Amino acid sequence: MVTLTIDEQKVTVPEGTSVLEAAWKIGIDIPSLCYLKGLNEVGTCRVCVVEIEGSKTLQASCVYPVAEGLVVRTNTPRVLKARRTALQLLLSEHPQDCLSCYRNMNCELQALAHRFNILEIPFRGEKREPPNDEKSVAVMREPAKCIRCRRCIAVCSKVQQAFVYSAVHRGFDSMVSPAFGLSLDDVACITCGQCANVCPTAAIHEPDNTKEVWEALHDPEKWVVVQVAPSIRVTLGEEFGLQIGSVVTGQLVAALRRLGFDKVFDTDFTADLTIMEEGHEFLEKLKSGGPFPHLSSCSPGWVKYCEHFYPEMLEHVSTVKSPHSMFGALAKTYHAEKIGVDPARMVVVSVMPCTAKKYEINRPEMTDSGFKDVDVVITTRELARMIREAGLDFINLPEEEFDEPLGIASGAGLIFGATGGVLEAALRTIYELETGKEFPLPQYEQSLRGMDGLKEAEVEMPQGLIRVGIAHGTGNAKQILEKIKAGEKYHFVEIMGCPGGCVGGGGQPILSFRRGWEGSMDYRMDRADSLYKAEQELPYRKSHENPEIKKIYREFLGHPLSEISHKLLHTSYTARSRYPLSKTKV
Amino acid sequence: MQEEKEKYRRLAVVLEKYHGKAGELINVLHQAQLIFGYLPKKVQICVADALGVPISEVYGVVTFYSLFNTEPSGRYRISVCLGTACYVKGAGSIMEALKENLKVDEGGTTKDGLFTLESARCVGACGLAPVVTINGDVHGRMTADDIPELLERYRKEAEA
Repeated sequence: MVTLTIDEQKVTVPEGTSVLEAAWKIGIDIPSLCYLKGLNEVGTCRVCVVEIEGSKTLQASCVYPVAEGLVVRTNTPRVLKARRTALQLLLSEHPQDCLSCYRNMNCELQALAHRFNILEIPFRGEKREPPNDEKSVAVMREPAKCIRCRRCIAVCSKVQQAFVYSAVHRGFDSMVSPAFGLSLDDVACITCGQCANVCPTAAIHEPDNTKEVWEALHDPEKWVVVQVAPSIRVTLGEEFGLQIGSVVTGQLVAALRRLGFDKVFDTDFTADLTIMEEGHEFLEKLKSGGPFPHLSSCSPGWVKYCEHFYPEMLEHVSTVKSPHSMFGALAKTYHAEKIGVDPARMVVVSVMPCTAKKYEINRPEMTDSGFKDVDVVITTRELARMIREAGLDFINLPEEEFDEPLGIASGAGLIFGATGGVLEAALRTIYELETGKEFPLPQYEQSLRGMDGLKEAEVEMPQGLIRVGIAHGTGNAKQILEKIKAGEKYHFVEIMGCPGGCVGGGGQPILSFRRGWEGSMDYRMDRADSLYKAEQELPYRKSHENPEIKKIYREFLGHPLSEISHKLLHTSYTARSRYPLSKTKV
Repeated sequence: MQEEKEKYRRLAVVLEKYHGKAGELINVLHQAQLIFGYLPKKVQICVADALGVPISEVYGVVTFYSLFNTEPSGRYRISVCLGTACYVKGAGSIMEALKENLKVDEGGTTKDGLFTLESARCVGACGLAPVVTINGDVHGRMTADDIPELLERYRKEAEA
């Protein structure tokens, strides 16, 4: 341990801690625009500078390690002036269109301009005016708003290992860009949106699709159905000032009804259906001897990662569509017929924690209902925008229940929102189907849940011992895939594209008070815990016990993996290059 | 076409030698540029793939160092030193004269593919300031008025 003095206060921290972290520990809020703990400790923004006794120049506290007896001052006139100047320089080449900006009121640069009482920008000069990149349907970039903090590079390269971004050019021309200055749509971007989550400004965010939803809601000809992903109910509250992990299921449903949706359904229902289909797909593989491992397919970010970086593994990926895509296909067939609505005038809206799902619905395969299965995907953040726009007092809305029949779900469907949830839900069902006994969850909880990058367990089945693995974040997926390629045997591997699973999705709330936490898993853990707690209160905890699931097989699908299941609920994948041009053979 | 194939064959020899060695990126790019004269996208992708370096990073390195070119350059590379000594001795007006004569901006290549115009920061010949180098040949104590004659010499050489 090392003891140092910051602003006359003594603080003792482990060796290797940065001055910034030490200061935060005692409540001294050193500002930063680039720092992400353990991920992006590069000192580029210069806003975190401090005075260190004995050092002639100011030092970036995020990269300055503590030392015994160090004397640090964080609020001298010299420090404050330097911070103001750094901010003013950043602002001098910033568009400053805050009022009509996507991150208005939720921008770290704007917040610091406010905090430092910046009322004028004395620097005038040339501005770079790079065009926006609006080609991708999942993630868009406004490079003019980029402050070159490099957080996106860090998260994409270190956590996701998709390596989309790099710092390019130099000096005044330097910027962050995909290879060859191409659009995100033209490189091996997996559309996970993790870059948008860490961006301090609006340089990277999802394209706004709320307009399409409003238009559908206001069109009397349209029958508008909404579904919400499992994790939304434990994250949306954060947008309205509630604590991380607050469960707001009832308010969420009430808000959606008040926005004008004709039916408010739950993606958890089709998560249950996923377990039925994928569970039987896996059991078939157990019967016929493979191919193993069976890889999960719920996460479109992960699926696209696999297509670009591990196309040779695609035959291992479950053919089951992601739950919300299944939902779309069923809403426009089974449900449309049942309620006598022409599917041509039905609009299916998905509220997802995910930017990759915006890409997924535009895949040509996702039209098995005869229409676009899902019409619009909006993120948790976009739903919050709509709720604010409608003037709803979200927190105080009386709680309401999902509509039947596509709103009835088991706890197994709910825990899809956290890493390990899909596999746990699958085990609850396949174990019981095969052995006739309940899956002994307590003895597996530790190995299936939690935020370790890689998790695994062994389960005794009548067919023999099966080994299961879990990875979240595509960087961890890469690790487990490399293990598999090196010969390690797994039978069933769950992969979610985002760190923490959907609770850490690229479309989840971005909170200024979470600044710097992105490298830690803390807040994702809080959200996941809420899912596990909430599922205990549900009447059913296993997908195969969901009465509406039984009913849809009885009335419509027949049995898992039936012909109609295959037509509506299963899909195929496309091998893609990891390079912008097809690779030249040398 | 044949010539192009030969270039890729030579690149393959270099890539074979440095296969998987990410730390050799700058060295390999340098050798690739010696072969091709510049670094087209395809070559950058080949280098990325062979060394196991992400293409975004390769592109970042290529655009960071002014030594690397992503466009084919002219037969003659004209480099005007804009270092302190040359600058105070009037290198700025030499650059202007070159831009006017060649009808290109800094970094550009003439339509006939003969000249590429660049600037440099000190070539270590301050005693001869202001200095212009053309394919490595040093021309010292230049004035803007000397430019037309200098370029004419190279145009004639190219014709011959």
